[in-house]
Amino acid sequence: MSELKAGQRLKSGVCDAEVMVIKAGGGEALTCGGVPMTAGGNDGGAETDAVQMEGCQIGKRYVNDDGSLEVLCVKPGQGSLAADGNALAIKGSKTLPSAD
Amino acid sequence: MNIAMLLQMAAEACPDRRALTSAGRHYCYAELYAAARNAAALIRAQGCAFAAVLDTSSPAVPVTLMGAAMAGVPYVPLNYRLSDAQLEALLERVTPALLVTADDIAERHADRAGMTVYPRADYLARVFSATPTEDEDWPADPSAVAVQLFTSGTTGAPKAAILRHEHLVSYILGTIDFMAAEEDEATLVSVPPYHIAGISAVMSSLYACRRIVQLPEFGAAAWLELAEHESVTNAFVVPTMLSRIVDHLETVHRRPHLPNLKAIAYGGGKMPLPVIERSLALFPGVDFTNAYGLTETSSTITLLTPDDHRAAIAAGDPQIRRRLGSVGQALSSLEIEIRDETGNMLGPDEPGEIFVRGPQVSGEYLERKAIDDEGWFPTRDAGFLDADGYLFLSGRTDDVIVRGGENISPGEIEDVLLDHEAVADAAAVAIPSTEWGETVGAVIVLKLGKEATVRELQHLVKNRLRSSRVPEVIRFEPELPYNETGKLLRRLIKDFFV
Repeated sequence: MSELKAGQRLKSGVCDAEVMVIKAGGGEALTCGGVPMTAGGNDGGAETDAVQMEGCQIGKRYVNDDGSLEVLCVKPGQGSLAADGNALAIKGSKTLPSAD
Repeated sequence: MNIAMLLQMAAEACPDRRALTSAGRHYCYAELYAAARNAAALIRAQGCAFAAVLDTSSPAVPVTLMGAAMAGVPYVPLNYRLSDAQLEALLERVTPALLVTADDIAERHADRAGMTVYPRADYLARVFSATPTEDEDWPADPSAVAVQLFTSGTTGAPKAAILRHEHLVSYILGTIDFMAAEEDEATLVSVPPYHIAGISAVMSSLYACRRIVQLPEFGAAAWLELAEHESVTNAFVVPTMLSRIVDHLETVHRRPHLPNLKAIAYGGGKMPLPVIERSLALFPGVDFTNAYGLTETSSTITLLTPDDHRAAIAAGDPQIRRRLGSVGQALSSLEIEIRDETGNMLGPDEPGEIFVRGPQVSGEYLERKAIDDEGWFPTRDAGFLDADGYLFLSGRTDDVIVRGGENISPGEIEDVLLDHEAVADAAAVAIPSTEWGETVGAVIVLKLGKEATVRELQHLVKNRLRSSRVPEVIRFEPELPYNETGKLLRRLIKDFFV
């Protein structure tokens, strides 16, 4: 699979989830439900990893340990997001007053 | 990366929630999203390179902004207050385009070569009735231009500032939590669509899933009436608007009846201290936020939060108290530096030019890049940071008065003059002087029925500041010239002294 690019949209192979890459990281393999995420999405028959089916939430940003990889969930799904097998965590949100 | 994603997500998460109220009609997120896709199909079918709106606020504004993004062409909101000749020159620079105009002026532009002109009513009927067939495979290039905004062009031909998808998306993701708004929240948008605040208001509200209530023509009474009728919870205003709302309330001797109003954000120009003090008193339960930003920075870069306002107004410590006149601290994703004319970084309380760096900063015009190799954008705004990083503005660097080699910011003189009980408004500008090169001239607007002498005002400045700051010439005028978004037109003030 080719390297991630900022701005790229990827679909899950196991559910409806879609993400947009915000920070591309360093060549990690992005998966949802244990299955690689691709531009085309579900090609059917992919076997999910049962422990990686905790779901991902729309509007949440997911990051790896060192913050070098960041994706925004733009469509929710049942699969969990991971990079090179390590689960991504939800990035803390900010509480700013509305400026506009 | 494409700003259309912001609307797509809202339509995915809450398709039936009210997204927009305009001229008494409500639109949900699914309807807006479908209309934007139809607009994209229209732009593509006509082979347009731009999608322009020459009109006041209407549903055509969010629909065309997002439709243009889906079609991969820049969205160009045009100032409907420009003269025909000025407009002519700008339209030539965005051909071929799809052009949505107010119904009554569509005829005038109908025969223009390279323009597909839609009167607003026809356009809305078309994009809101069809079922979208356009797929969702939009251009994803983060560096594609999303918005092209013409600057006001006070010193020459208007420059075309460009904002790329990456700048706008960075700003939104960095400041707004998706679907942060409750279903009953609504924001009153009264800034014109060709102002950066009008664009950021649309995007922020769509991403927060907060209903937009449009007020196409600002008036204090109309603003209060619509805010009450639509139970708005939030609003953004420029200082002139807030000043007129406060004046109106004081004239009719009533307190605002807006039980749902929670927050007012203001920006787009310097807020006179008396106006914000009166506002805080008139709207005691409302959170006030001051947002400072520029077109070239995708809108807001610093915020003075509601807590900052409350702390400042209650403070005995003058260092905290004066923050009511600041624009607050930088967003966490941005860096701000103050530099002198030779580019050296200055310390706390030292005035200079404001530089900013961060992912939302475009700092770019079609004609040239103003950003340096390290990503710093010179704002041309003058100001200083206090020890805690609160930013204070003193005007444009071009407005600095250089008297005998000493740099004097008009803002500090104006603040002192405005403190006089008879002064309603004040402006200080550079006027030519044979002795000093430049010296200080001031124009004063007196409050109704109040008086002040030139000598008295000169003494006030001398006592508070120092003798070099004292206006050599003071003129009294019935009002100061502002543009429609509340920017003081200093070049016209200089003309008072010619």
